[in-house]
Amino acid sequence: MIDKRRNGVTDALADLHDGATILIGGFGVAGMPANLIDGVIKNGARDLTIVSNNAGQGEAGLALLLKHRRVRKIICSFPRQSDSHVFDGLYRSGEIELEVVPQGNLAERIRAAGAGIGGFFTPTGYGTLLAEGKETREIASKHYVLEFPIYADFALIRASRGDRWGNLVYRKTARNFGPVMATAAKITIAEVESVVELGSIDPEAVVTPGIYVDRLVEIQPVR
Amino acid sequence: MQKWNRDQMAERVARDIPEGAYVNLGIGLPTRVANFLPCDREIILHTENGLLGMGPAPDKDNEDPDLINAGKHPVTALPGAAFFHHADSFAMMRGGHLDFCVLGAFQVSVTGDIANWHTGAPGAIPAVGGAMDLAVGARRTFVMMEHLTKNGESKIVTTCTYPLTGIGCVSRIYTDLAIIDITPAGLRLVDMVKGMSVVELMRLSGVAISSAL
Repeated sequence: MIDKRRNGVTDALADLHDGATILIGGFGVAGMPANLIDGVIKNGARDLTIVSNNAGQGEAGLALLLKHRRVRKIICSFPRQSDSHVFDGLYRSGEIELEVVPQGNLAERIRAAGAGIGGFFTPTGYGTLLAEGKETREIASKHYVLEFPIYADFALIRASRGDRWGNLVYRKTARNFGPVMATAAKITIAEVESVVELGSIDPEAVVTPGIYVDRLVEIQPVR
Repeated sequence: MQKWNRDQMAERVARDIPEGAYVNLGIGLPTRVANFLPCDREIILHTENGLLGMGPAPDKDNEDPDLINAGKHPVTALPGAAFFHHADSFAMMRGGHLDFCVLGAFQVSVTGDIANWHTGAPGAIPAVGGAMDLAVGARRTFVMMEHLTKNGESKIVTTCTYPLTGIGCVSRIYTDLAIIDITPAGLRLVDMVKGMSVVELMRLSGVAISSAL
């Protein structure tokens, strides 16, 4: 019997290792797998590369992981926020490496990794600082920049409901990076607000098919 | 000469968005355009974090942390709305499916280059978000900005001095002084505030602007 459920985040993250690249879902706090991030903090793995849209807020979650000096590099589109002082401090003191990627390129590079695409030409960023040194090509009189996939060891995402096969549905704009990140990692772990009976998610409504999900942890909803 | 205020600028942009348009309103000043979209037109707002059919902010009691816009503020989903993931969201933008995108800017060049993501100042932390994708994604990109900086320098320039967000992508500029189209033949005046002359507008802008007004 296939059962991807795990007893808690510690169990789900047991094989997380130093030097791992981790995709972390969420746009701000919507869809952010807060429980799994806390699990990464407890786990102790260091020298991590984090790929996420933002670089943490306040002193909790991703910001706390950064504060513990566990992250070597962050790949994101928008590190700067009103309360991103932990990241700001580490960046200014040269203690963290930053790769800024336009948001759509970030999503597409992750998608490419999950879809077996070796690279793609995108118009986004052409002629800007973020395309410096990158290969370009003119196709049908439009200019494009060559971008490469972002592969990861782990993807940590949050969904609304999941079943023991790992089929997932999300809630509203908390979906954001979850479905693409789920496809792009060796191990995808989803925290879900409820685990439901196999068959109770309408197959027409499954957003992430279970083939992409390796582990599932039920967490207590915040609301 | 009375400058247009921010609401008047937003109203002018809203007036030019037709029935049936799919529109992304950038963070900041462009967000205000939503307040002026005519009720008798169905216009569908896109937010790049995964929603088409975005509605106005809810009252405090009905805020939902899972339902936010690109500025991370609570919004609502109108009847007919659709949610989708980030790669789809940017594919619909990059793929030319959005009709209009309205962005703020530090500078726009006479050939439609836009600079709006990074001041390039030493010590400034670069953060691009969706700015570069938005700039090149929609069929038409409008910019809303003040005409002049606080020091009185024109934000419409021959060549952008701030780091670029996109090249040749802006088709129209709405400022507090004028509305200007960017055409292959150069800047063309569409409208300007009462009491302003074309000569004065060109003097303030420091660039050539043709006018048939």
